Amino acid sequence: MSTPFAKLPGWVEYALIPLVNLAVAFLVAGIVVVFVGENPLEAARIMITGAFGSGEGIGFTLYYATYFIFTGLAVAVAFHAGLFNIGAEGQAYVGGIGVAAACLTFDHTMPWYLVFVLASLGSMAFGALWALIPAWLQAYRGSHIVITTIMFNYIASNLMLYMLLNVFKPLGQMAAQSRTFEPGGQLPKLDWLLSIFGLDIGGAPFNFSFLVALAAAFVVWVLIWRTRLGYEMRTMGFQPHAARFAGMKSKRVVVIAMLISGALAGLMALNPIMGDQYRIQQDFVGGAGFVGIAVALMGRSHPVGIVLAAILFGMLYQGGAELSFDMPEITRDMIVVIQGLVILFAGALEHMFRPAITAFFARLGKSRSEAAAGA
Amino acid sequence: MDTNTIVVLLQSTIRVSVPLILTALAGLYAERSGVVDIGLEGKMLAAAFAGAATAAVTGSAITGVGAAMLVSVALSLVHGYASISQRGDQIVSGTAINFIAAGATVILGQAWFQQGGRTPALSADARLLTYKLPGADAVRDVPVLGPIYSGLISGHYILTYFAFAMVPITWWVLYRTRFGLRLRAVGENPGAVDTAGISVVRMRYLAVICGGMLCGLAGAYLSMALANGFVKNMSAGRGFIALAALVFANWKPKNILLTCLLFGFLDALSIYSQNVELPIMSSIPDQAIQALPYILTVILLAGFIGKASPPKASGVPYVKER
Repeated sequence: MSTPFAKLPGWVEYALIPLVNLAVAFLVAGIVVVFVGENPLEAARIMITGAFGSGEGIGFTLYYATYFIFTGLAVAVAFHAGLFNIGAEGQAYVGGIGVAAACLTFDHTMPWYLVFVLASLGSMAFGALWALIPAWLQAYRGSHIVITTIMFNYIASNLMLYMLLNVFKPLGQMAAQSRTFEPGGQLPKLDWLLSIFGLDIGGAPFNFSFLVALAAAFVVWVLIWRTRLGYEMRTMGFQPHAARFAGMKSKRVVVIAMLISGALAGLMALNPIMGDQYRIQQDFVGGAGFVGIAVALMGRSHPVGIVLAAILFGMLYQGGAELSFDMPEITRDMIVVIQGLVILFAGALEHMFRPAITAFFARLGKSRSEAAAGA
Repeated sequence: MDTNTIVVLLQSTIRVSVPLILTALAGLYAERSGVVDIGLEGKMLAAAFAGAATAAVTGSAITGVGAAMLVSVALSLVHGYASISQRGDQIVSGTAINFIAAGATVILGQAWFQQGGRTPALSADARLLTYKLPGADAVRDVPVLGPIYSGLISGHYILTYFAFAMVPITWWVLYRTRFGLRLRAVGENPGAVDTAGISVVRMRYLAVICGGMLCGLAGAYLSMALANGFVKNMSAGRGFIALAALVFANWKPKNILLTCLLFGFLDALSIYSQNVELPIMSSIPDQAIQALPYILTVILLAGFIGKASPPKASGVPYVKER
């Protein structure tokens, strides 16, 4: 580009600019609330107290955050390799097959921690499988991964409906869902974790998969910044030509990055299926795969940022539920709007405020050096 | 199958392909100019809401259609600003528009009409008009040709005829006018167009606005013709099917018509087979038929049947060297 952006201090680059983008997204969301005829500050207060005001609220917030850590990491890993995986939704959905199969087969005979291992491996395998085909087509047949992963989301939803109706559904039952798992197919709640802080979890489904999500975040950090594969992925994402020139097998990296991305998305299925509902049912992903895009963009594809962004979105989900009680005008669809605005301002319009901020810091630097010269 | 079954099936095919045709053409304008438009779904949904809401309040179908187009063009301009002026990621921007539309239509619908995100049922005046071709009633009883003329060709919405007319018109605009030549050139080699002294930014904005208008019409058709008002998430993935059709059609107007009719036929077939037992259909799971357009598109994209050749500069923001 002919006008490169001037180098900014680290805290501006990684904290100020994302926060400004986020603030603008919430400002616009606030305007929508005004349009609806409610007070946005009051709405924000209800949301925050709903999400963090009680042990149960925090439990729910972290339960939702668990979904978004997995999907956010999935999207971010693909981002690092320069791929836009819009198919985390479908990969998580198909990943559910692995969890459900393990639980339905072994919940009578094995304790939860063994079933959990099988379920994790199963969900990762099925999620990765669902990402493999688009990845292979992108790497070897040149079809665009965005279009194929979108198509695969729809294929997944039809496939899963078929699976639920014809494989998982017990005879004589109407709803498209499996039977309820025995204790062997149920992850323990993390009530003890919250009770350390003197909080009562209440009825919140905050469960063991949250710890799995945190572990996954750490593994992703190691993978991206501490391994050769991660280095190759980042090079691919940053400058594909350079990667090829340096002798990296770019096709292989594309496939591996997408397999990891799909496996992370698949793991998400643990949280609702084994952690909360104790059965597989239709649409259990519920848009979390798409929230992952917003989370990854907001967290700048860094695991720490993703965990923080996931908790923020968990807060929006839980607070949003409370909000729809107190302000019936504002349904949970408000979260979808906020999600869209975050994707717009933190993603597509990422650089909108950069020139102004850069100019501000340039002027600040100049006046400082003038002051130094005058003294 | 007798003539009547076929006529019913084909008539329903035409009915469900109209929004696909309009939306795929909308995508064609944008993508031919080099702007990837993944936000078709959202624009259609927002337009469906705006159309139904305005028509319900004013009682006028024309005002409704106008509002639908206005909202869709406004969203197109947001997409344009992000992807043309700000040179942001076009996929990200389109995704954002889909979410904003999906959420905002329900929130505003609930706030304005208090019917759980629906808009009130439209009165007869507020719905789109159908048009009976001359002599449709007279020939109704003529065997074979009668039902085809009066049942299949006549009696559709004016917008339906417009959608089908838009296919040759779009072909003419893109391949036989100076505007079309420039629009295609901007999508293939913006640098060359810039050298010729034509503004790349202006061309792309114009293309995106054309797309916005067509998408608006598709939305209006959904809520004011196919249905009798807006229902939450009523576009139900049609924007993505249209996107698939656009890719499947290799970014060519004539192919778009055929692909949309094919995808529409699959849809009509699966709706029809839910009510009537068809000989072959009963052995194929309904979900397989539903998934077929997506599977076909993936296979085509992979180059197993023909080769997809998208506009060369599509998805790439243009940076003018200074």
